[in-house]
Amino acid sequence: MTGNSPTTERNGGASAPLLEVDDLSVRIDRDEGVVRPLNGVSFRVDAGQSVGIVGESGCGKTMAANALLRILPRSAVITSGHMRYRRKADEKEIDLAAVDANSLEMRQIRGGDISMIFQEPMTAFSPVHTVHNQIAEMIRLHDRMDEEQARERVVELLGLVGIPDPEERADDYPFQLSGGMRQRAMIAMALASNPRLLIADEPTTALDVTVQARVLALIQRLQRELGLALMLITHDLGVVAHTVEYVYVMYLGRVVEEGPVAAIFDAPAHPYTAALLRSIPSLTSKSQHLEPIEGSVPSAHALPNGCPFHTRCKEKVGDICHREMPARVEVAADHFASCFKHTEESVPQHD
Amino acid sequence: MIELAENSILRVEGLRKHFPVRRGLLRRITGQVKAVDDVSFSIESGETLGLVGESGCGKTTTGRMILRALDPTAGRILFRRSNGEAVDMAALSRGQLHEVRRDMQMIFQDPYSSLNPRMPVLDLIAEPLKAHGWKRRDCELRVAELMERVGLDPRYIRRYPHAFSGGQRQRIGIARALALSPSLIVADEPVSALDVSVQAQILNLLKQLQQELHLTLLFIAHDLSVVRYLCDRVAVMYRGRLVEQTETETLFTRPRHPYTTMLLNAAPAPDPHAPWMEDGEESEAMEPSEQNVDGCPFAPRCRYGSDLCRQEYPQLEDTADGEGSPHLVACHHKHEIELKGV
Repeated sequence: MTGNSPTTERNGGASAPLLEVDDLSVRIDRDEGVVRPLNGVSFRVDAGQSVGIVGESGCGKTMAANALLRILPRSAVITSGHMRYRRKADEKEIDLAAVDANSLEMRQIRGGDISMIFQEPMTAFSPVHTVHNQIAEMIRLHDRMDEEQARERVVELLGLVGIPDPEERADDYPFQLSGGMRQRAMIAMALASNPRLLIADEPTTALDVTVQARVLALIQRLQRELGLALMLITHDLGVVAHTVEYVYVMYLGRVVEEGPVAAIFDAPAHPYTAALLRSIPSLTSKSQHLEPIEGSVPSAHALPNGCPFHTRCKEKVGDICHREMPARVEVAADHFASCFKHTEESVPQHD
Repeated sequence: MIELAENSILRVEGLRKHFPVRRGLLRRITGQVKAVDDVSFSIESGETLGLVGESGCGKTTTGRMILRALDPTAGRILFRRSNGEAVDMAALSRGQLHEVRRDMQMIFQDPYSSLNPRMPVLDLIAEPLKAHGWKRRDCELRVAELMERVGLDPRYIRRYPHAFSGGQRQRIGIARALALSPSLIVADEPVSALDVSVQAQILNLLKQLQQELHLTLLFIAHDLSVVRYLCDRVAVMYRGRLVEQTETETLFTRPRHPYTTMLLNAAPAPDPHAPWMEDGEESEAMEPSEQNVDGCPFAPRCRYGSDLCRQEYPQLEDTADGEGSPHLVACHHKHEIELKGV
């Protein structure tokens, strides 16, 4: 059960993109000043594919998911970019960045086509309604069903996500379930409308390691059996290594590297990815000294000029790193990185 | 007179914490939750002991009892003060505690909520000093020295916590714990709230302090890779009891309790080629059980569980047979089963 099956062909392959995000930027106006959590983010998810988005807090990974579902804070504006999504109702491609966030169209996609599971199931569920009532509400919002049919479907879903005795458990309140079971119930709710794309935002961060293993196994099984596309957002490189086919590494609101999961871990092409991997203590061998990334992530209020990582980078090419934004280049098949160390020769030296 | 081996800083004996469960209108006590149940271990001077387990296993409760932030239901907490005097923390009165607490400090998990946002770094780090009678003028020198020690620029001594990043705030927390040169520091998940890249900075700092200051540390954590990096010995807890205790390298390479191997195998390594959860049979038993048993609390999830396991609790016994350091295991089948480490 390792998730490193061969990656689907991404360039010119047969699979059409289900979702294609292109040059997405978001700006938030606050009293303290302007924050730019996303600065030209591009990624794609093919039908049935599993994609991981990794990065540390503040890199914009959750903001990207919220932008997709158009559930950004009121003060946030999408300033550029497209989010082309092929919806299940009529296979029509629509730009989620251009539709009204409160339109019927968007409401059908949100929860209907694209579902999301969150880190903390206790805050995602209402504490005063039973699990059944909450999932049934979700079903009847997106499908025409009478109460009895909806009840059957809820029980079926709870069984599907591996909750024992789904008939009885359906009438439990969220607080009566253990953390792992609550996360399963939330996955059941996310599946209620037969989505095409499941966004999982740190789905196992609040869980114990043994429970995490089971929930990730469940997500993988559902993805395979139901042909779901999965977008897994996490800070945990261990989780991403074993659950997805293709990985995007984000830093300060940009994608700095992307590639098939094996390539990212075997031959990281961006200094940030490489440094991140070197900074994790190993479980399988005794490490003498860790190599941390010096400093901390710059504030989103004052983004550095040039490459976003240059303030902490140990592999700087030259002054150009402070001045210009490196272009995205293909370093190997389907493996891209935005760093001057790959384009050094072709870029004129200013110093 | 308290008998504590000369090189020991802490010895916990038969520590218990039972919380009453109250039900109904009259709040009658209907049962007990045994959060910590007969836990014993010791820490030698200059040693780091890792206390690991999943949420609810009692590791934090144990740490809080050692500091007497919680009163134990039973047991002794023998502690050697910086001046060499041995005391039983469990038997001290409130007044005596104040005096002893200068020798035992804590590093907290969340560097955002554990620092008062209205106090500048100087006051934050000097607070324990002032509580123990230091003069303001001496404080400032000591704080600057401590800031340097933990990798903070002493020029920022008048700044408030909001001006610092998460990693820097954790350094402030560490400086504060070091201020009175305690003989023991209890660190409860000190890096789990930090980002991966910053976590390594703090782990390196703790390791450096271990060496420079000969720190004695009780390190409470759930992340086993962090424990392997920092700890000399590890004690594994499960539902209030210790199930295995030995030297770090032995625990990782030759574990002898089925729960320890489950923990080791469940953690995904940041390497897509590394094996992970290949044992289908084991994964079936991953879900923690709420079931109460008289015997081994792990029996319902254990693939080796037998009738004996469900009836009788296995005692923590040394399996090293006098060879090398002790390897304590609480399992009826410890001699029969073959377990794989990592």
